[in-house]
Amino acid sequence: MNEPAVKLERVSVRYRVPHERIPSLKEYAIRWVRRRLRYADFWALHDIDLEVGRGEVFGILGANGAGKSTLLKVVARVLRPTSGRVRVWGRVAPLLELGAGFDFELSGRENIFLNGTILGFTKADVASRLDRIVEFADLREFIDAPLRTYSSGMVARLGFAIATDVEPEVLIVDEILAVGDAGFQKKSAERIRAFRENGTTILLVTHDAAALKAMCSRVMWLKRGEVEAVGPVDEVLARYQA
Amino acid sequence: MSEAGSLQAATYDSAARRAPLVRELVEVVRYRDLLGLLISNITKSRYKRSALGVVWTLLNPLLNMAVLTFAFSHMFRFSLVHYPVYVLSGLILWNFFTQTTTYAMSTLVWGGGLLKRIYLPRSIFAVASIGNGLVNLLLSLIPLLAIILIVGHPVHLTWWFVPLAVLLLAMFSLGVALLMSALAVFFADVVEMYAVFVQVWFFLTPVMYPKEMLPARFVWYLNLNPVYNLLELFRVPIYNGTIPGPHTIIAAVASAVVSLLLGWWAFASKADELAYRV
Repeated sequence: MNEPAVKLERVSVRYRVPHERIPSLKEYAIRWVRRRLRYADFWALHDIDLEVGRGEVFGILGANGAGKSTLLKVVARVLRPTSGRVRVWGRVAPLLELGAGFDFELSGRENIFLNGTILGFTKADVASRLDRIVEFADLREFIDAPLRTYSSGMVARLGFAIATDVEPEVLIVDEILAVGDAGFQKKSAERIRAFRENGTTILLVTHDAAALKAMCSRVMWLKRGEVEAVGPVDEVLARYQA
Repeated sequence: MSEAGSLQAATYDSAARRAPLVRELVEVVRYRDLLGLLISNITKSRYKRSALGVVWTLLNPLLNMAVLTFAFSHMFRFSLVHYPVYVLSGLILWNFFTQTTTYAMSTLVWGGGLLKRIYLPRSIFAVASIGNGLVNLLLSLIPLLAIILIVGHPVHLTWWFVPLAVLLLAMFSLGVALLMSALAVFFADVVEMYAVFVQVWFFLTPVMYPKEMLPARFVWYLNLNPVYNLLELFRVPIYNGTIPGPHTIIAAVASAVVSLLLGWWAFASKADELAYRV
């Protein structure tokens, strides 16, 4: 296998759910004094090992609540694993949340800067790419209008255009993107295909078996936070669907 | 499996052993452009959404000052000349402290939704609220200067000391803001408890009354009140026209540094848990 782009070693994520909700400091203190703090531990991921090579398109499947989204969040740095080690080589573009931090009172242009800097770019970076983003999102006439006047499709187009304007080393995709109208869906699928051909590593979560077959080389099947199977797409799919 | 990639340092390594204190600072610096945008957006939206706009920021402390002057200036007429200058400079400092810390808590609880969905340096909201507070403080110096001119209070050369006082004030407030907002994420009642606490704190601090009004044996306790030292540092150069004594300066510097280190450390070491909690 070639160099890794994403590597997980014995990664576990635990959500601590207090038995009773203790939202107040006062109650917490009382219970702590009485030694009556009890938690239910929920392991969203348990001892996951995974290595995804550079340029690989890797699929993740599993039922709802199997830990797929948690896995993506751990790679995207949103959650730090409770134990284990996550390493990523290169810039990650998470297509989990398009348009994170969009402020609907601000104009499209202002939101490009806001969302762009949230994604970790500098203002100068965003400024130099502004035209391309507006062009791709096809929002030239509306770019100075407040975002609240946009349709939801327009908002999604803008989010996608910002997130994918620079080719990332690692692309994280939760569900096949159905963004905007048919024309834009084609355009966005095209862009992801181009990334793939240029060697971007892609982590893809989807329930769509046909999409997995078409795009992925290897697939991991997660079941209640553990790896049920990992391997070539046909093998794993056959077991998953059995 | 190949270890080739391991030779090259990973862009992100969850096991990187860097003190959380330093890591968080490096990250805020890396996201400085976002910080600038957040500050200007907070400031802009605040002025855009209220009918009076920027006038409100100027008017609010003035109205408070007018009420307090009406109520107390007769009482303090011997100990405090130009009472409006005394009370307004005190209120400006106090407002900075309470507004920035309260705002930091509410934005983290509110902006926390974002932290669940995408990586951001978690302390960026607290730092942004301090930045916004500084803008407001700068603006509220305009009415202060106006009042000074109107009542004929001398404009002292010691004003040069004010930026230093503001810097220490900002450091102290950031420390408290970080500490409180980390707590507020874990416990919802902290926000209300803090509001009550701050109210009591206000009356224990000689913002609107002269400290000589306190019984003599209590005056010593003021040294334990970090906001009092910061208040003196800010107000003495403006109102008395002198540079505060070395004790006050040392105490203010110490409380600013301790607060910032403590708050930053507490926040940074809990930062990774925040995304699980908000």
